[in-house]
Amino acid sequence: PRVCVVGSGPAGFYTAQHILKHHGGALVDIYEKLPVPFGLVRFGVAPDHPEVKNVINTFTQTARSERCAYYGNVTVGRDVTVPELQQAYHAVVLSYGAEDNRVLGIPGENLPGVYSARAFVGWYNGLPENRDLKPDLSCETALILGHGNVALDIARILLSPLQLLRKTDITDSSLAALACSKVKRVWLVGRRGPLQVAFTIKELREMINLPGARAVLDPADFTGLENAVKDAPRPRKRLTELMIKTTLEKPVEVQAGAAAPRAWGLKFQRSPQEVLPSADGRRARGIRMALTRLEGSGDSAKAIPTGDVEELECGLVLSSIGYRSLPLDPAVPFDSQRGVIPNSSGRVEGVPGLYCSGWVKRGPTGVIITTMNDSFDTAQSVLEDLQGGVLDISPSREGFGVVESILRSRGVRPVSFSDWEKIDAAEVARGKAAGKPREKIVDPAEMLRIIGH
Amino acid sequence: FVDREGRQVPVRGRVGDNVLHLAQRHGLELEGACEASLACSTCHVYISEPHLGRLPAPDEREEDLLDQAPLLQENSRLGCQVLLSPALEGARIVLPRVTRNFYVDGHVPKPH
Repeated sequence: PRVCVVGSGPAGFYTAQHILKHHGGALVDIYEKLPVPFGLVRFGVAPDHPEVKNVINTFTQTARSERCAYYGNVTVGRDVTVPELQQAYHAVVLSYGAEDNRVLGIPGENLPGVYSARAFVGWYNGLPENRDLKPDLSCETALILGHGNVALDIARILLSPLQLLRKTDITDSSLAALACSKVKRVWLVGRRGPLQVAFTIKELREMINLPGARAVLDPADFTGLENAVKDAPRPRKRLTELMIKTTLEKPVEVQAGAAAPRAWGLKFQRSPQEVLPSADGRRARGIRMALTRLEGSGDSAKAIPTGDVEELECGLVLSSIGYRSLPLDPAVPFDSQRGVIPNSSGRVEGVPGLYCSGWVKRGPTGVIITTMNDSFDTAQSVLEDLQGGVLDISPSREGFGVVESILRSRGVRPVSFSDWEKIDAAEVARGKAAGKPREKIVDPAEMLRIIGH
Repeated sequence: FVDREGRQVPVRGRVGDNVLHLAQRHGLELEGACEASLACSTCHVYISEPHLGRLPAPDEREEDLLDQAPLLQENSRLGCQVLLSPALEGARIVLPRVTRNFYVDGHVPKPH
């Protein structure tokens, strides 16, 4: 049986891996819109978290295996449609993730100086579509809206000593921009309280231990919380206890004459109302926030505006309130409210032979282990359907054989995995001179030039 | 080992082997996404008592990552951080049942 996977991030690769492992006859083709594979492992994981990217080695083994093929530079929904893929394959799995972000929906959101976290992360990670972001880092105070790991990643990249970043795979141009950055203070602002933070303890600890930056947490935000988490599940308890411990620590002694250390802090129960413009109206200069109170508790607590407001001066606003999937093809049902493809255990509702895995299936949250388990779950559905006859594998399907001619007729030339390995080698070679694991190529045209396309 | 479908898989290892690599060498479905570098929780396993208590306690970095593992239990450890020693003789190492059971090769589990 021939299976097609759309998207070459962790979801795509783990789904492919599981199907290949448990079905000795399955052939799996992985399609990717960019020339280069690996999705958020390459473009989302922070440059200073290289160990998280080790999973690329597992994915590389899968891609190189006999029954697996990779086709980059193919945009499903445009270069080839989902119905065309369904004609060519016995099963199609959509694992294309979340390429967009949620919007604040407040006035001033589009002022210069306001960026989505997704675009900012894409920028420092070399995602081609964000290479010209040119974020303005000339202000002293940055505000990040959101209390998740992406918010912490950005705070850390903004405040990390440059010598630490220099040895990572952060793009050269981002490094240059950060070298000129005036940002000294980063506030992470959330609508709810400490018990609702979405970031995790490893990343928080990293921030607390960041050299040259001190944590500013208000003990008043944590009154009574030690008690409140006494019986909470272990992860929430440990995380809250760490925040409380941090509020009790004495500020770092600063030598007379030394530059004030960089600082970061958490602000709670503040909901953004408006990004305030500078006098000439040309850029962001601050933000007005509604103070909130909490109704309910735990994960389902709601933030209700109290009527009071607060203004904070800042020249850089990063909106880190969540990624969002987009519909791919009119033939694929899509729940625009939840931003996912309606499905049951990865089987797309109402469309036999169509499956989904990863963020486009469950929503854009979770780390690699979450996506891995989820992808295995979808793969199980595919395997069950192959075994149980739900998927009719008697008609032979041509797989890439027929897709190839469709792509050629549309002037699209796919990038193979060995093509990617040439791009990979070029990036590693360029990085070597600078002591970096790689220097990412951010221009797709240059990628194609390297492989002679 | 007890695999994700509840099947018992007896194995032998050498002192100093880590549980993740041991599992993988015996074809068990244990992933090590970050390759034993304490950057993920994919090698999450449960270790039987009294063997668990004989092991050196997990360090803070392992505890932080265990917090992210689905179906966390009191006897959870990251396989890549557990090294074989005589203290683990006869231990039962169980892989968490994170996905639905499906016996793709038609196997029927032994009652246990």
